[in-house]
Amino acid sequence: MELHYLYGLLGGLIIGTAAAVLLLINGKIMGASGILGSVADGSAEGSDRREKLAFLGGLVGAPALVTLFFGAGSTNLTTNVVVIIAAGLLVGIGTRIANGCTSGHGVCGISRLSIRGIVATVFYLLAGGIVMVLFRHVLGVI
Amino acid sequence: MFASALAGALFGLGLMLSGMTDTTRVQGWLDIFGAWDPTLAFVLGGAILPMAVAWRMTRTFASPILGTAFPPPPQPKLGRNVVVGSTLFGMGWGLAGLCPGPALASLSWGGWGGALFLLAMVAGMVVTPPLRRRFALFA
Repeated sequence: MELHYLYGLLGGLIIGTAAAVLLLINGKIMGASGILGSVADGSAEGSDRREKLAFLGGLVGAPALVTLFFGAGSTNLTTNVVVIIAAGLLVGIGTRIANGCTSGHGVCGISRLSIRGIVATVFYLLAGGIVMVLFRHVLGVI
Repeated sequence: MFASALAGALFGLGLMLSGMTDTTRVQGWLDIFGAWDPTLAFVLGGAILPMAVAWRMTRTFASPILGTAFPPPPQPKLGRNVVVGSTLFGMGWGLAGLCPGPALASLSWGGWGGALFLLAMVAGMVVTPPLRRRFALFA
């Protein structure tokens, strides 16, 4: 087995544990797009906002600390500014229309056998796959 | 606050370790007709395991340790919004290889490109709900 698969499995278990902590202690669903979106547009207020800010602090801060000691990896993100902006807008708009992304619909939804979560995951995987075919293999842009 | 910060920290570390912050790995997973990389199947599978146990525990316990109630049962009603929104999201995910969690986890070390992606993503997140209300989209 490739080492990457093992890292993937371990990392996945940690991601699932994070979602379990939020669910069993605070009674909340760990959805990155909903948490970020509601903090950014001000729809999360009071203690809800403070909890979400703490979550975002941990999410940005813990990897920052790790890179201090172990050095930074690379996201290998494209340098094409048009692609970056278009992709960011699509992810932001799409997750707000679908009310969830990979963490909310994918991890939290599928694990409770939610039809919404399963359908969402099928469609974002399909759309991503089609984009790879079109933009990588046909057009050669990414 | 501590539980939220802890969950955020674990989420960020898990995303980094798993390869979800590496766009080549994400795009490799989506590239089923190219050099397909199955790593993300292990990530999603690994993440679903503890959460499946956690959801089962919510049936045994009356309420979360600090909160008042567990989230309500999943909505059986499936709106068009889930299909349309997830399709748009998947297109963006494929184009850049970043989704919201990893975009945040890599903010401190992902360079200007990552920051630009996050900015565009947040802009999309902020303008969409008022537009949906204004034009009664997928209401």
